[in-house]
Amino acid sequence: MESLNLIDSLFVFMLAAVVGYHVIHKVPPLLHTPLMSATNAISAIAVVGALLVTGANGSKPATILGAIAVAAAVTNVVGGFLITDRILKMFNKKKAK
Amino acid sequence: MSTQAFIQLVYLGAAALFIFGLKAMSSPRTARRGMLMAAAAMVSAIGGTLLDPHVVNYEWIAVGIVVGTILGGWIAIATPMTHMPQRTALSHAFGALAASLVGIAHYYDHATTVTLVERVALGLEVVLGSLTVTGSLLAFAKLQGWVRGTPVAYPGQNAVSLVLAVVILVLAGWFITDPTATWAFYGMAALAFVFGITLVMPIGAADMPVVIALLNSYAGLAGAATGFALDNNILIVAGALDGASGLILAVLMSKAMNRPLLNVVFGRIEASTAASADDVYAGKVRSTTAEEFALLLEDARRVVIVPGYGMAVSQAQHAVRDLYLALEKRGATVEFAIHPVAGRMPGHMNVLLAEADIPYERMIEMDTINPTFETVDVAIVIGANDVVNSNARASDSPIAGMPILDVDKARMVIVVKRSMSPGFAGIPNPLFAAENTLMYFADAQAGILDVVREVKTL
Repeated sequence: MESLNLIDSLFVFMLAAVVGYHVIHKVPPLLHTPLMSATNAISAIAVVGALLVTGANGSKPATILGAIAVAAAVTNVVGGFLITDRILKMFNKKKAK
Repeated sequence: MSTQAFIQLVYLGAAALFIFGLKAMSSPRTARRGMLMAAAAMVSAIGGTLLDPHVVNYEWIAVGIVVGTILGGWIAIATPMTHMPQRTALSHAFGALAASLVGIAHYYDHATTVTLVERVALGLEVVLGSLTVTGSLLAFAKLQGWVRGTPVAYPGQNAVSLVLAVVILVLAGWFITDPTATWAFYGMAALAFVFGITLVMPIGAADMPVVIALLNSYAGLAGAATGFALDNNILIVAGALDGASGLILAVLMSKAMNRPLLNVVFGRIEASTAASADDVYAGKVRSTTAEEFALLLEDARRVVIVPGYGMAVSQAQHAVRDLYLALEKRGATVEFAIHPVAGRMPGHMNVLLAEADIPYERMIEMDTINPTFETVDVAIVIGANDVVNSNARASDSPIAGMPILDVDKARMVIVVKRSMSPGFAGIPNPLFAAENTLMYFADAQAGILDVVREVKTL
């Protein structure tokens, strides 16, 4: 990465962190547990890095480490979103009655 | 349009969906839709990445996806709501493991070509990722009861942590400045795994809300660092969102215990110098029975229930719901007072009550309900201790200044508890000896069910 690229990336990081700060602050304590499992699922975006490393036709050890990373990240994607939905469904079913 | 440009556009859309998805979490009504957006963002980010011309080998990817889908699906279906704190800790370990392994694998293949900036990013990624893996696994084991949940103290523990931290930093600096020093990179990674254990070991189970939130933040920052190392914006955005969220929750939680964040991470509550249990309780504790409990509720107009970790341990949320319904049927107003650190993770009590079909409008935050306790006829404390410990108001108390639920201001307080054993803070609770307090010694679930039966015969 060149230093200009780095500065671009820092811009992105800074803006995302500021947006994140404001968005997260509006989440009521009521939903803090589903918020955590949701951000957890979102942080499984590391799967993108894992896919790039695993699919790059690199060395065997790197590919296997990458595949483990894919498995771990996909576990969080699938588990994270499903469980968040399970929790949120519980908060909503009263409305239906 | 080139494939690369298309992929970047997909990432851009995914980033926007992540942000709007989290924004929808500001209300229980919109939250589910928000998560659908976030899931769509994730799927499109994965799909976009698979189009990348650098991705040529799909076999191992397929293996990873299949294993992850089965494992993730099984965890999502099999986890009971009471185990949510453990589940969350475990998933931090998975997320961080992914980030850490990506860093290690990337370095393994490109050690000689990575630039200075990338080495810095890789260092951050691998250190944060690795310590989060072992730290989260240990937090999981403590919450699951596989490892003793009490703080484990040994002489010089902070010194050990400090030395480890310094050695990790030196190794990181070494491999960053000297591209040939690959051994320094692997040494750094290995020690970071050890560091995660020494970091979480001294922290007790009751401080887990803060620790889980912090580990959440670390996992996110490790992801963001991965984005810097791979020059990938979607990783940076999602990682930053996650990092911000974890940090905000950690700060909120430590405020709710009136302890500086660093104090939770590095210290423990000092041994009590306050009055001993015998002085506080001597002859003043009065216990009650299910029958009397129900009689006290007979004419109550306003009842407030304070749930704590004991309710989760005893799986008493459904029994509590029965009590709530029985009292409402008699015309009483029943509300639930939720302390921010009740339970083992942020929002723990809300989830359990929601599981038992208690409407979220009845779950009231501490700051809202505290000024109204004077008008409460009966406050029922179920398996909570430190969050209602009036000792927090005394200046010489180890938990001085911790905001508490002012249940003692209610006309009558009934505490459902198995024994007089102190809470995590290890100090006696003057509330239990107060004139308007009765102790109902019972397992929360069985005890509440007895009371419900009595209430129904009134």
